[in-house]
Amino acid sequence: MTVLTTTPRSAWRAYSDWANTHRKWLFAAPAMIFVGVLIAFPLAWTLYLSLTDAHGSVRAASHFVGFGNYLEVLKDTKRFWPATGRTFAFTLSALAVEMVLGMCIALLLWRPFRGEKWVRVAILLPLVATPVAVGMMWRLIFDPNIGFANQLLNFIGLPSQPWLSSPQTALPTLVFVDIWQWTPMVVLILLAGLTALSDEPDEAARIDGANAWQRFRFVTLPLLMPTVIVAVLLRSIDALKTFDILYATKGKGGGSFNEVETLNVYAYGLSFDYNSYGLASAVLILFFLIIVACMFVLTRRRKGNR
Amino acid sequence: MKRNPLLRSIGITAATVVLAAGTLTGCGTASNSAGGSAPSTLRVTLANHVWTDQIKAAIPEFEKANNVKVELTQLGEDQLSDQYNVKLNAGTDEIDVMMYRPLQEGKLFAKNGYLADLSDKVKNDASWNWSDFQAGPVSSTTYEDKVVGVPTITEREVLYYRKDLLAKAGLEVPKTMDELKDAATKIKDANPGMAGFVARTGKSTAVTQFSSFLYSFGGDFIDKSGKSAVSSDAAKKAYSFYGGLIKDQGPANVSTDMSWPEVMAIFTQGNAAFYTEADSLYKNATDPAKSKVSDTVGFAPLPAGPAGSKPYNVPSWALGINAASKNQDNAWKFIQWATSKDMTLKIQQAGVPGPRNSVWDDPAGISTYPKDLASAIAVSAKNGVGHDRPLVISVAKAREIVGDPIVTAITGGNTSNAADSANTAFQKFLESDK
Repeated sequence: MTVLTTTPRSAWRAYSDWANTHRKWLFAAPAMIFVGVLIAFPLAWTLYLSLTDAHGSVRAASHFVGFGNYLEVLKDTKRFWPATGRTFAFTLSALAVEMVLGMCIALLLWRPFRGEKWVRVAILLPLVATPVAVGMMWRLIFDPNIGFANQLLNFIGLPSQPWLSSPQTALPTLVFVDIWQWTPMVVLILLAGLTALSDEPDEAARIDGANAWQRFRFVTLPLLMPTVIVAVLLRSIDALKTFDILYATKGKGGGSFNEVETLNVYAYGLSFDYNSYGLASAVLILFFLIIVACMFVLTRRRKGNR
Repeated sequence: MKRNPLLRSIGITAATVVLAAGTLTGCGTASNSAGGSAPSTLRVTLANHVWTDQIKAAIPEFEKANNVKVELTQLGEDQLSDQYNVKLNAGTDEIDVMMYRPLQEGKLFAKNGYLADLSDKVKNDASWNWSDFQAGPVSSTTYEDKVVGVPTITEREVLYYRKDLLAKAGLEVPKTMDELKDAATKIKDANPGMAGFVARTGKSTAVTQFSSFLYSFGGDFIDKSGKSAVSSDAAKKAYSFYGGLIKDQGPANVSTDMSWPEVMAIFTQGNAAFYTEADSLYKNATDPAKSKVSDTVGFAPLPAGPAGSKPYNVPSWALGINAASKNQDNAWKFIQWATSKDMTLKIQQAGVPGPRNSVWDDPAGISTYPKDLASAIAVSAKNGVGHDRPLVISVAKAREIVGDPIVTAITGGNTSNAADSANTAFQKFLESDK
């Protein structure tokens, strides 16, 4: 320690004081920088690619084309806009049913009853299944010729349905699968919110003579609103990004008529099938902006409600 | 006791540095170990195929003879493509030997410089004998006069049919497209719930099996001057014939997403009379473990259209070496071993048609094949067309464009209009496909 002279010693002391007071930052810094880079780099790279005509190989020479890709994508009424429409149709219809159904189930499970534990476990089962496996399973069930769904329909005297194989019914069928898999998550979140509510407002309303619907509509729901918005937020972001069940059931391009092609599936096709990395990046950036916008609106509402 | 602040700050700094270094080395080791610090490890990526099963069983022999450890990755077709797209785009050296589809990705990979030049290597070993490989397959693994791959599997489209159903209906094996349609109609009408004909229906997956119909009707995807030809009269007739056959004589509620596994399932479950498919998949229909119709399946050459019987005859898979591989010598040894005459014979006997002339000329090469299949293959090899999809760089995109009229025909839409718009789109594509 004799090597250290007085001048550096005071510098060391200053640093030591700083390090002492900012210990938590100093320790967390490497991990934070790492995570930051991990998030920022892919985003920045995609943004860069979206401004070039990268095609074939990302290592091949590419040219800067400004917003050309964005213009091309926004003018594309054959694939991009229908895909955007499908993304929202899928998300909104799945979300609406999941919220209503999830709320009903959560209210049913709210009060303790016999066998409660088993019912809860059973309801949560679809949530634990891997989405790709779920897609494969429903694909078999909905097979137009040998699938269980049509056998069942025939058994009760109804005609076979095309389910996933017809361009008109494929997307609604997949909305159904999404509802089957993700309603439990909504139930889980809402149930947590319900359990945290105090009984008193409900009791007061009961004494005032409110019926069950009135108590739900004017007491429980407003109190539960922050939880509902969290559920909507999580579920909508997830539903917007759905890829696995679409790909597992209909394959590349969302079927031969692109009938279930959402923005995610479209971007995947552009990069992995067409090797048009510039265009694919532009679609992804636009998609990212859409998700950020949705998140922004929803979180604003959540804050406004507090 | 009061601790020295200097010691404490040194301690904190040291801990931070260790942590930071830990993250860095964490990344470092991952990429270093891939570089081949153990020179005897060979990374081989293969597709799921009967061919791969045979090779896999023999790999221990190769490992022993060459003192090499083979690390095998085996993936489905689509996953394999995605894997190559990600890894080769990043310039990885984690792949040494790669199994790829010359007609699907060959041009793209070669153009991107992913495939090592094998021109000198193939000429160096006279006993391995490069000239024994069929000319058609060789031309499709050659890019700008450089050999970039060695063909492993060849295939032709043949007609799979049910002998029992034909006998029951008192019909001969159809020799022309019209006879095929008649026979399919008769069998479908006589057997409720049975499809007369079935084949691939997916927009992109059907293109290869449709191609033989297109050629037999006198058309092609691209004409001799390099222009799109998918709206020619012949092409329009072929589209409506293939699609119409599936729409009218196919299964009820037919899906437009079917690739060969789905169609093969319909056929092997005993739910269809005729099926046109690649011959290299015949084991799926004749193996009693996989097929309910193993003893009643028959094979015939593709029925003749107005321009004759013109099935495709193509190399479906080949082996190449990743240009960034640091283990190219061992990789070449592996390819030489896997495509040797002995191995090709062994694999061909196991049911995978190979690319070597000498094996086809050898009676042992077809000794295990059903007799009708062997003669169908011989006929197809003679009349065959050397491509089963447009020969372009972005094949995936081209297939979707030219496949569009197929699904239109299957679903009963206006095929002629669909062919016209496909033609416009394909012409535009051809001009930009560089």
